[in-house]
Amino acid sequence: MVTIDDYGDYETAWCPGCGNFSILKAVKQALVASNLKPHELLFVSGIGQAAKAPHYLNANVFNGLHGRSLPVATGAKLANPNLTVIVESGDGCNYGEGGNHLLAAIRRNIDVTLLVHNNQVYGLTKGQASPTSAEGFVTKAQPQGVPSAPFNPIAVAVAMKAGLVARGFAGMTDHLSELIQQGIAHRGFALIDVLQPCVSFNKVNTFGWYKERCKTLPPGYDPTDWEGAMKVAFEWGDKIPIGIVYRGNRLAFEEHFPPLREGTLVGLDVDPVILKKIMNGYG
Amino acid sequence: MSREEPMKNHSDNKTRRMLNILIGGEAGQGLVTVGQILAKALVRGGYSIVVTQSYQSRIRGGHNTFAIRVGVDEVIAPRESVDLLVALDRDTVTLHSKDLLPDGLVVLDGASEIDGDSLLKVPFKELAQERFSNIAALGVVSSLLGLDQGTMAGTLDDFFGKKDATLAAENDRVLAAGVGWTTRHGTSSHKLSAVSDHHKRLMMNGNEAIAFGALSAGLRLYSFYPMTPSTSIGLALAGQAKRMGLIVEQAEDEIAAINMAIGASFAGAPSMVATSGGGFALMVEGVSLAAMTETPVVVVVAQRPAPATGLPTRTEQADLEFVLHAGHGEFPRAIFTPGSVEECFHLTRKAFELAERYQGPMFLLTDQFLADSYRAVRPFELEDLTPVRAGKDVAESPPYQRFAITESGISPRLLPGMAEHLVVADSDEHTQDGHITEDLSMRRQMVEKRLRKGEGIRAEAMPPDVVGDPNPGLLLVSWGSSKGAVQEAASLMESKGERVATLHFSQVWPLVPDQFMSHLESARQVVSVEGNASGQLTRLIRRETGFDIKKKVLRYDGLPVTPESILGELNR
Repeated sequence: MVTIDDYGDYETAWCPGCGNFSILKAVKQALVASNLKPHELLFVSGIGQAAKAPHYLNANVFNGLHGRSLPVATGAKLANPNLTVIVESGDGCNYGEGGNHLLAAIRRNIDVTLLVHNNQVYGLTKGQASPTSAEGFVTKAQPQGVPSAPFNPIAVAVAMKAGLVARGFAGMTDHLSELIQQGIAHRGFALIDVLQPCVSFNKVNTFGWYKERCKTLPPGYDPTDWEGAMKVAFEWGDKIPIGIVYRGNRLAFEEHFPPLREGTLVGLDVDPVILKKIMNGYG
Repeated sequence: MSREEPMKNHSDNKTRRMLNILIGGEAGQGLVTVGQILAKALVRGGYSIVVTQSYQSRIRGGHNTFAIRVGVDEVIAPRESVDLLVALDRDTVTLHSKDLLPDGLVVLDGASEIDGDSLLKVPFKELAQERFSNIAALGVVSSLLGLDQGTMAGTLDDFFGKKDATLAAENDRVLAAGVGWTTRHGTSSHKLSAVSDHHKRLMMNGNEAIAFGALSAGLRLYSFYPMTPSTSIGLALAGQAKRMGLIVEQAEDEIAAINMAIGASFAGAPSMVATSGGGFALMVEGVSLAAMTETPVVVVVAQRPAPATGLPTRTEQADLEFVLHAGHGEFPRAIFTPGSVEECFHLTRKAFELAERYQGPMFLLTDQFLADSYRAVRPFELEDLTPVRAGKDVAESPPYQRFAITESGISPRLLPGMAEHLVVADSDEHTQDGHITEDLSMRRQMVEKRLRKGEGIRAEAMPPDVVGDPNPGLLLVSWGSSKGAVQEAASLMESKGERVATLHFSQVWPLVPDQFMSHLESARQVVSVEGNASGQLTRLIRRETGFDIKKKVLRYDGLPVTPESILGELNR
């Protein structure tokens, strides 16, 4: 049996009170509940405060470039589908710099769980607007207020009928942990957008602000009802729904590839007979 | 090394030992089809070929050419002068008559209003319906060349397959009609000499040889975004993906392509990406990532004229400095610049081996000319070739450190998920166990460790090819796809009594001066030949050795370096 101690306990570079701490806790709880050993996991992250999270637990880690976690995760999953692959990075990484990769990952439906720490602000670069910042949100870089409309990841993912679409809140650790477990268990792409406060740079969307608004989806809510999910995806105001918003049933991307039906791409030999046949095809 | 004898164009019995055939027409007329079938039939007949494809960036119309230089003896370079001009449209005659040799012949449609000497006007309308007129032209040409008609018909059938029996029958009928008409009305001035030693040969272009080399090296994941002239590498691989057990994935952009390849390689699947200059520009941050995370990846850059979109379907050698310096920060790399289709195969394999051994990005730099240039290639000896093995899958005694500091700079590369060890890699500067660090003494050690791998790469650098007079009056220095053209230009000069040698780089980085300085210093005059406007290898040699090559023969009009273009510039 896996225990929470297997995932270690490390000193972090985060600000005291950061929402990242409870997300890290929820992740570890989910891994234990999923009975995954550290070496069976690959965390892929980008750049930002959230992207440091995989350094603070025991697992295989590829901490790559800003915005490029999803393609790295896709390549790794294709190479070795036995790995449980989790991408963990922030709203800037996934919804800004890497936006095109998010769309492609949803289309592919690669069996990767994407955990987006969404605090509606850039923390590591000290307080500029993020793609999810509200219109009018004032920062040093946007002193007149953000002129663009915020990106709605849930609506985009549901519109594209992504494998699994969920929203969680860092302040509800057990609920979030449950969402992460379901994301990992889902065969296909899972987006888990996690609302969290940034104690240093977002004085609007504070812990209290989220706590007041985040409400779990009602019992009996049917995440397989796409039209209903589209409606929920646009609910954002005094009440912000959290939970599994949509669940699709497409084939996972890697299941399309014949070589992966028999195993992984790792350590395969080159068949000299086939190679020779291919060569002779040029004759 | 000895060089091929200068070719003799007319042998005693009036047959030709070497010919340049240029087929021209609009895109969509089937000229590439005719070119490929003719080239394949020539290769099957035992002839040597060099194909030059020149096309416009459009799907229909425009003016495209498919040139086959064919010889009884080995052909190593393209030519600009034409023996046999096959005009599928009027523009071909207008644009290329100037290249026709005095005893050359133009094959054109009998309905054409063009008149003059050296014309063979073929009544294509009588021989075939319009959509088969390219096959009629194929029959005419194959008869003019005196090819074995069984080989020709067999090649045609193989190309289209026998699935559509009506189509196959009509193809055969039209081909025979073209041959029959030419037997009655044609000339025997362009018959090829018979081949005496007939070895089995393959017909492959540069991109196909790269794809095949990668397959033989154990490629498992190829991710790409289409970009001319690199795209056909992906097409060649996709066709074999199922039976060879690899994944070919068209990525959403080049950034995704290289990151996907890096992810796959990190997890244990040997990977490769290919693109051209603009796509490579997008990949550059990924190159630096591969270097920092010490992840093997092979990067193919098939050059085309730039800046920006440039001339998308033409050729150039202007990205040497770009590829040499691509990626922020300092890290080792090797850059291979194949000079032939065979080298495309062998150097792709070498790039895979180095990428795995030194754990980082390795490069192949080709160009449109070589990418699309079909050649007759002897079958590769596959028996002794082993694929690369990604990492090691068995843990060493704990604690495992992915970036352990070693004398060679090479750390043990284990794969994630294979045993209980954990593999941690970071694009940030990191500790020996892969975790992010701002320990500045560790930073220094890691920089030195990564650079130490460069010493190994340097020790394995291939020396340039030296051919010709050991004490030359003139030494021609070149790199990449112009190898054959430069060697042939040198042969032509030697046949006129000049003392000439060539120094050709099929690997341009790392440069090891001890391997070639004596050649530069012993020549009376050194001239560089490059397919760019500023002399990038020339500059690199000066930077690395202090040796200043003063005279440069440069070509940057989008066409390949040819023996004529070199001699024309030298004689200016």
